[in-house]
Amino acid sequence: MGFSHKHLLGIQHLSEDDILSILDTAESMAEISTREVKKVPTLRGKTVINLFFEPSTRTRSSFELAAKRLSADILNFSLQASSVTKGESLRDTVLNLEAMNPDAIIIRHAYSGAPHFVSTFCRSHIINAGDGSHEHPTQALLDAFTIRQEKKKIKGLKILIVGDILHSRVARSNIFLLNKLGAHVVLVGPPPLLPSIFTSLNVEVSHDFDKACIDADVLMMLRIQRERQEKYFFPSIREYRELYTLSKKRLKKAKPDAIIMHPGPLNRDVEIATDVADSVQSVILKQVENGIAIRMAVLYLLLGGKSREMSD
Amino acid sequence: MEEKIKARVMDSRKINRSLARMTTEIIERNRDLNNLVVVGIRTRGIYIGKRISKLIKDLEKVNTPVGVLDITLYRDDFSELEAQHMVKKTEIKFSVTDKDVLLIDDVLFTGRTIRAAMDSLFDLGRPRSIQLLVLIDRGHRELPIRADYVGKFLPTSKREMVQVRLKEVDEEDEVLITEPAGIE
Repeated sequence: MGFSHKHLLGIQHLSEDDILSILDTAESMAEISTREVKKVPTLRGKTVINLFFEPSTRTRSSFELAAKRLSADILNFSLQASSVTKGESLRDTVLNLEAMNPDAIIIRHAYSGAPHFVSTFCRSHIINAGDGSHEHPTQALLDAFTIRQEKKKIKGLKILIVGDILHSRVARSNIFLLNKLGAHVVLVGPPPLLPSIFTSLNVEVSHDFDKACIDADVLMMLRIQRERQEKYFFPSIREYRELYTLSKKRLKKAKPDAIIMHPGPLNRDVEIATDVADSVQSVILKQVENGIAIRMAVLYLLLGGKSREMSD
Repeated sequence: MEEKIKARVMDSRKINRSLARMTTEIIERNRDLNNLVVVGIRTRGIYIGKRISKLIKDLEKVNTPVGVLDITLYRDDFSELEAQHMVKKTEIKFSVTDKDVLLIDDVLFTGRTIRAAMDSLFDLGRPRSIQLLVLIDRGHRELPIRADYVGKFLPTSKREMVQVRLKEVDEEDEVLITEPAGIE
């Protein structure tokens, strides 16, 4: 038991033990956020950099609070595409930041594999906060944490991931993680956003949401990026709504105690009906709350010890 | 690491007698037992705390709540550890503000654990007082800390280890002095 990686680049290469040790550590971290003094001195003197090449409020502030609650110092860099096009390469940007001696760099980038590339020449611990359509490991971890909190287990649950699977890093990280922990994962979406190649990830693929809903324990809805519609991935929002919105009627087909999840931001009445998003079965805000505990656990496990043999 | 047992310094009877004696001392010293709360330091401190709380109840019919403190996040030796300790939960369901806190650990050694525990308690509130109870005081303090209630003073050498075993988590109640085997 334990966690012995230097970086958190994705879920794909973690073992079941690694995942469980993050989830268990997060259990203990969650209590700190409920105290009056929401801070422990654990990472005092450590510096963490948030390096975001894509806009993000939730993930960035969640990492920021996590670092602060562990007493680390955190620096925020939001580089929009424009400043990158000034000509500085990703490698140069990161090397400049590393010259300031941080202990960890949290990176979000539009290109899949960017955090991995950065980890090949960095001394710091690298944490992937979302890369292209590849992985978003802390989101999958907080999703698993929330499912475990609500259902007391993950093994054997029927978990639906619904929507734009093709472009979703959240979906990929969740598929890897939930498979490792023994859940029955069903992907649901229109064929252009869910090509049949996904069956190779050892999951069930369905294009019929009504049928897939039957006996589901968890309904994980993904955001529909409207801009994709213009690229002809689906004919119209209206048609999408007919077939893939999570409505009250569809929800009734799932188990009565099924939970509804969404990584945010919500498109109300596109992928999820408003009354469903606000229903008692929705754990969307708990996911946000748990995100801090998960990110505290990840920072603690990566930064809270040194001089040990590290893999990756 | 293999270790060999050098001595068995306490058995179940001796441990119970010590706990009973310390309970009397606690009752003597704390006029207002209703203001007393017990906080056990993971892991063995929890069970000693629960036993003390029960003894107080048997003698004085007063309920003293028992909380659990995990000090991992407050340690001062993070960067020296080989690998990180698993963080466990702190579970203190009551406010410590204005309470007389009876802090409990199994063995008092360098005093660093107690320093960390006090820092952690102050983040949870402002106790009226903190008293310290340990089953074994083995000496070798590195900080100006002493216990208010001591089960047994046990002079040891630094390379020796003191193991408190309690039947709630181990097979039986006993205190052992052990030493790493195979080292000259």
